[in-house]
Amino acid sequence: MDWLTTVDHKKIGILYLIAGFLFFIIGGLEALVIRYQLMVPMNDVVSGQLFNELITMHGTTMIFLAAMPMLFALMNAVIPLQIGARDVAFPFLNSLGFWTFFFGGVLLNLSWFANAVPDAGWTSYVPLASTTYSDGHGVDYYVIGLQIAGIGTLLGGINFMATIINMRAPGLTFMRLPMFTWTIFITSVLIVFAFPVLTVGLVALMFDRLFHANFFESANGGNTVLWEHIFWVFGHPEVYILILPAFGIISEVVSTFSRKRLFGYSSMVFATMLIAFLGFMVWAHHMFTTGLGPVANGLFSIATMLIAVPTGVKIFNWLFTLWGGSIKFNTSSMFAIGFVPTFVMGGVTGVMLASAPADYQYHDTYFVVAHFHYVIVGGLIFGIFSGLHYWWPKMFGRKLNEVLGQITFWTFFIGFHMTFLIQHFLGLLGMPRRVVSYLPGQGFDNMNLISTIGAFLMGIGTIAFIINVFVTWSKPRNAEADAWGDGRSLEWTIPSPPPEYNFKQLPLVRSYDAWWKEKMDGNKAMTPAEPVGPIHMPSPSILPFIMSVGLFIAGFGFMYNKLIVAGAGLLITFACMAIRSLFDDHGFHIEPEDQEKEVHV
Amino acid sequence: MSAHDHAAGQLPHEPEKATLEGRNKIVGFWIFLGAEVVLFGTLFSAYLALRGHSSEGPTADELFQLPMVFAATMILLTSSLASVFAVQALHQHKVKSMITWLFITIALGLGFLVLEIYEFVEYIHEGHGFTTSAFSSSFYTLVGFHGAHVAFGVVWIGLVIGQIYKKGLTVVTAPKVYVSAIYWHFIDVVWVFIFSVVYLMGKVG
Repeated sequence: MDWLTTVDHKKIGILYLIAGFLFFIIGGLEALVIRYQLMVPMNDVVSGQLFNELITMHGTTMIFLAAMPMLFALMNAVIPLQIGARDVAFPFLNSLGFWTFFFGGVLLNLSWFANAVPDAGWTSYVPLASTTYSDGHGVDYYVIGLQIAGIGTLLGGINFMATIINMRAPGLTFMRLPMFTWTIFITSVLIVFAFPVLTVGLVALMFDRLFHANFFESANGGNTVLWEHIFWVFGHPEVYILILPAFGIISEVVSTFSRKRLFGYSSMVFATMLIAFLGFMVWAHHMFTTGLGPVANGLFSIATMLIAVPTGVKIFNWLFTLWGGSIKFNTSSMFAIGFVPTFVMGGVTGVMLASAPADYQYHDTYFVVAHFHYVIVGGLIFGIFSGLHYWWPKMFGRKLNEVLGQITFWTFFIGFHMTFLIQHFLGLLGMPRRVVSYLPGQGFDNMNLISTIGAFLMGIGTIAFIINVFVTWSKPRNAEADAWGDGRSLEWTIPSPPPEYNFKQLPLVRSYDAWWKEKMDGNKAMTPAEPVGPIHMPSPSILPFIMSVGLFIAGFGFMYNKLIVAGAGLLITFACMAIRSLFDDHGFHIEPEDQEKEVHV
Repeated sequence: MSAHDHAAGQLPHEPEKATLEGRNKIVGFWIFLGAEVVLFGTLFSAYLALRGHSSEGPTADELFQLPMVFAATMILLTSSLASVFAVQALHQHKVKSMITWLFITIALGLGFLVLEIYEFVEYIHEGHGFTTSAFSSSFYTLVGFHGAHVAFGVVWIGLVIGQIYKKGLTVVTAPKVYVSAIYWHFIDVVWVFIFSVVYLMGKVG
């Protein structure tokens, strides 16, 4: 019950982690079935229909329900601590964001039980996603599930922008923000400006499917390329929504475990901004073969290649940070160091794909699959693993087991390269993506077998991580405040796990790498910026949960055309909004004498 | 700083910005409006891409009656002015006059909605249904989204008035008035674009 009503960012972070990881496992199992099907030629483990459903659900689940929530987990767990705040700007919305994501994800995955799974690919291109070609309820689950989950993401983006703008500790200017906070800030900007585009796209598709609108029905004047534009105007920035936080994690981890200041801090900040800006300018590189013409292809091609410049700045800054550092090798830093060359490979194939004429060759082959898995798994998932091992002591008060961590790293790292490196060559040989099987004797057989073995190795790595979590769980909570001894930012100045109110006294920040600076000056603690006093906290609330249930019910109502059910669901949500608006939350205060008592909540 | 630091009569000049919560609300709301700009921007783009595709149905030029749309525009612009007066009254701590101006705001909003509903009914009579053509679908979606925003704003400001009656003007209620006024201006600005891009361009463009 406590967990259903919590508005504490640290607990919400844990909820995001559990739910995101659960969906990560579901998406991973879908991937393993796909790889099992493709292990040998002319395999018939799954039907063509089921294969389409699997690739659709794998992509959608991994992007929206696994990767983003796990990022939100780290954001929630770390950002308020890094900026010396007691909570996020809107704790209630934070909880609402989690529950809408969760119920949106559940709705989407219930499609497996309703025997109506979306099967139009994760990009849901029309007319394939129109009622003409997908006449069941499958794509309805996609549009409505994502719509509800998307509310949560948007709320999170607004929340973290407001938090970082308004709630930094005294002295923590923007150019002193830790790099992870910076990347989350820019990511939140991207979320705020990209997700509404997806919202409109999903609404239009929903109107087409449920109410016979004509946005994408060419028979009545609709335009299918419009969907591609809308989807990718959202979809390309989404790539940077995913990868920028990973850049932030890597910056923190590399600098902590090299025991050096991050090289080129300000260039990192501006590179992040530039990447975010260019991220909005390049969506049509997903559409080179749609037929936009040479001028559009040329411009988008050049704009895309430009992104390599700020990304290169980042890569070199990480290398220069490592250079001459006294590097500590552990699971976290190894995932970070493994990230660098892996992500470079993903970036290089990105430049190859950005060349429009060459793209006609790579288009819809496994080369593309290899490229984006290098970026998203080799970039983002490595980053998340690195961040989880790094911040685990802060989140739970226990360090993850190092031996099991090494097993996770090596099996996952080797398995990953085995799976996807070889897919570049499969693609260059012409093996098409999204196809259920292939004929023997075309040179695809051995490479597919290797790729499948690699995928199962990644599965073993994931299992090792799960075992690690349970092993660690049974150990006592003995992590120190500065768990690695080399912490640089404010989260390492407070106990692990932090008390409910985070900071007993807000700290006074005197430089970049605030905690490191105090340690170098020989201080044992941060200088407080305020006297000890009662701390105001928001009250827990069940409303976010009920509101999300309302949306969940409404989603079903719309899908199955039961408008009474839909209306009832919306009524629940709006009633909760009215209750929230009419009854003020006065919260409660934690008095100084109680602050002593519960250091560990 | 908490609410009881400012007893009635000692409100600061800008009570909406007196607490961190209030400042958070205002910043957060501006960011939310950034998202809304993108939302409407996408709806406008879809409309612009599809507005010439009226299939068998009537075209924009055949449908639109500028005098009535102009009247609706004037009503909505005036309501924005009323909400400016409400915020001015807020800064002078004149609660009664603030409530009056808020009531005028939502009354004008309702007037606008009545005209819009009348307009939609009229179009449907002329064979311009939601499913008629790509033009009609994108038209109703864009203008309807705006209409839904107006309706939401009317209910919202209504609830805010209820709160002011119950609790008076405090550092807790002031941000709500202020934020709902920003929202109302935003709706107005979007309508100015709809008036130019949909109606004027529909007639002339």
